[in-house]
Amino acid sequence: MAYLELDHLSKAFGPFQAVADFSLDVARGEFVSLLGPSGCGKTTTLQMIAGFEEPTSGTIRLNGRDLSGVAARDRGLGIVFQTYALFPHMTVAENVGFGLDMRKVRGKERKRRIAAALELVHLSHLAGRHPRQLSGGQRQRVALARALVIEPELLLLDEPLSNLDAKLREEMQLELRRIQQEAGVTTLLVTHDQNEAMALSDRIAVMHAGTLVQEAAPFEAYERPTTAFASAFLGKSNAIHGRYEGPEFVTKDGVRLAAPAPAADGAGAAGDVMLALRPERILFVEEADAVVSGKVVERVFLGDQWLFKVATPVGELLVTRRNGGHAEPEPGATVHLAWAADHLRVLAPEAAA
Amino acid sequence: MNPFLLSAPALALFGVMLVVPLIMTFILSFHSFGFYTGIEFTFGLHNYIDVLTDDYFYEIFGRTFAIALAVTVICVIIGTPMAFFLQRMRAWTRSIMVLIVLGPLLVSVVVRTLGWMILLGNNGVINSALMDMGLLTSPFRMMYTSGGIVVALAHVMVPFMVLAVWAALQRQDPATIAAAESLGARRSTIFRRVVLPQAMPGILSGSLIVFSLSASSFATPSLIGGRRVKVVATTVYDEFLNTLNWPLGAAIAIILLVAVLVIMVTWNRVVERQFAGVFQ
Repeated sequence: MAYLELDHLSKAFGPFQAVADFSLDVARGEFVSLLGPSGCGKTTTLQMIAGFEEPTSGTIRLNGRDLSGVAARDRGLGIVFQTYALFPHMTVAENVGFGLDMRKVRGKERKRRIAAALELVHLSHLAGRHPRQLSGGQRQRVALARALVIEPELLLLDEPLSNLDAKLREEMQLELRRIQQEAGVTTLLVTHDQNEAMALSDRIAVMHAGTLVQEAAPFEAYERPTTAFASAFLGKSNAIHGRYEGPEFVTKDGVRLAAPAPAADGAGAAGDVMLALRPERILFVEEADAVVSGKVVERVFLGDQWLFKVATPVGELLVTRRNGGHAEPEPGATVHLAWAADHLRVLAPEAAA
Repeated sequence: MNPFLLSAPALALFGVMLVVPLIMTFILSFHSFGFYTGIEFTFGLHNYIDVLTDDYFYEIFGRTFAIALAVTVICVIIGTPMAFFLQRMRAWTRSIMVLIVLGPLLVSVVVRTLGWMILLGNNGVINSALMDMGLLTSPFRMMYTSGGIVVALAHVMVPFMVLAVWAALQRQDPATIAAAESLGARRSTIFRRVVLPQAMPGILSGSLIVFSLSASSFATPSLIGGRRVKVVATTVYDEFLNTLNWPLGAAIAIILLVAVLVIMVTWNRVVERQFAGVFQ
């Protein structure tokens, strides 16, 4: 039996269905991300687990215990809020000690656990400071220490890195992963940042419009998205629309492409389909080897890589190339593109999106 | 454009309306006064010595500050929870409530105080009602007492406190309440340990406003306190207009100003030190 079980969870706000029939199992010690754009229901799901929102239907079980009707303060979960929500009038040590006070942990034991929690997040030297005297990254760590010191059964992270600048965010990703593994705590992360979700989690649950779209390990989710939405949301993706005529794929403009055979029962068995292709799988080749040729429409330099937009007979394609220190084709130049057919993913086109 | 030039009209107004009269009052307080000679342009500290050596004035100053303190305490007790509920209301109920809270300020001070006189008098509404119900045999004196002044002043001062505390509550991150809840705190604990300490800057600024306005208020104490219960402001008025001893009145006014300033600065220091984290 799973450690955390979300069983057919739904939440409606009036006519608006925020979460619809959402089920997810999380194993003990696992790090799972709820990933999706804003308004996809991921935060509502977190709020229901935390006990700040009551599910319209469905149940939440943690370690075999049904949480319905249990008040937020009795659930014993550690939560890191997007704004960190540190108590500004308390020092770092007092912030961390708050949860212990509520559990009537006193004296030496209280001191020892505060020290251990601050040690875990590498902030022992700042115990006497007030939150306002700390940097964003340090506040983030205090929030983590405060959530972990109560030895929660479950750690909930609500977009914990979204308020940090890009460089710090990368550092904190590594740090967060280390802390989570050291503490060995089962963790659920809510984020709209696909890089964050992929870097941190054992498993990603992609959400869209209140429903679970795909649930897989990060590599699996990136390599084998099961829907057009998951494909476009996790990283960049090119979409080539068309249909199968016999074993061959024909784009809507009539170009024939070699593509993997569609699954017998899945997408592409009949009607319109979509091929998803990652931009980094497209190579620049000699004319003779080209799958398609096209003209560079736009070119963006991103430091470690180049991003090209190429107009081709199968549509505009995004292509990324590692910056190898060579001159790259200018906008307007003709380029020849090729890819291995097994890098194409056959998906059902997104309904009306 | 030069910022000094832009603020010149305000500075001129401030100078003419406040600084000049204040300096003139200050100078006036060193002059002397004779019943037959009027104001004499001498220069000495005798007015201050008169005030500071006379028990009569100590009583008046003591009463004034006691009234101001009582009003401040009442406003904190009433205003803080009011602000707390205001913060938790829905937008449209809140705007109606703000209007109700501001109500006392919308009514002229004389009209408002006369209303209190109707309520508080020996034959007033409260006493008549209590006597008709048989709860009192003789009227309970509320007019011409310090208590009456406190009640009437608190009525008009509460809005200042509510607005100040409300402003502080709005600066709070609502997630701190959720965080405390997730850590196992009950509602009462959250209020005492999370909400209230963060509201302290508002309570401090509100109490500074209420205390200084109450200590220097004139119309309410003069109508409710009458001739009997004198406060500093009514004493200054009497010195200026009845005794015509302007220099003594000026000295009392200056002493009130300095005393209020000293109390406010000290109070500010004490609270700021206590709640260092919130104020930085």
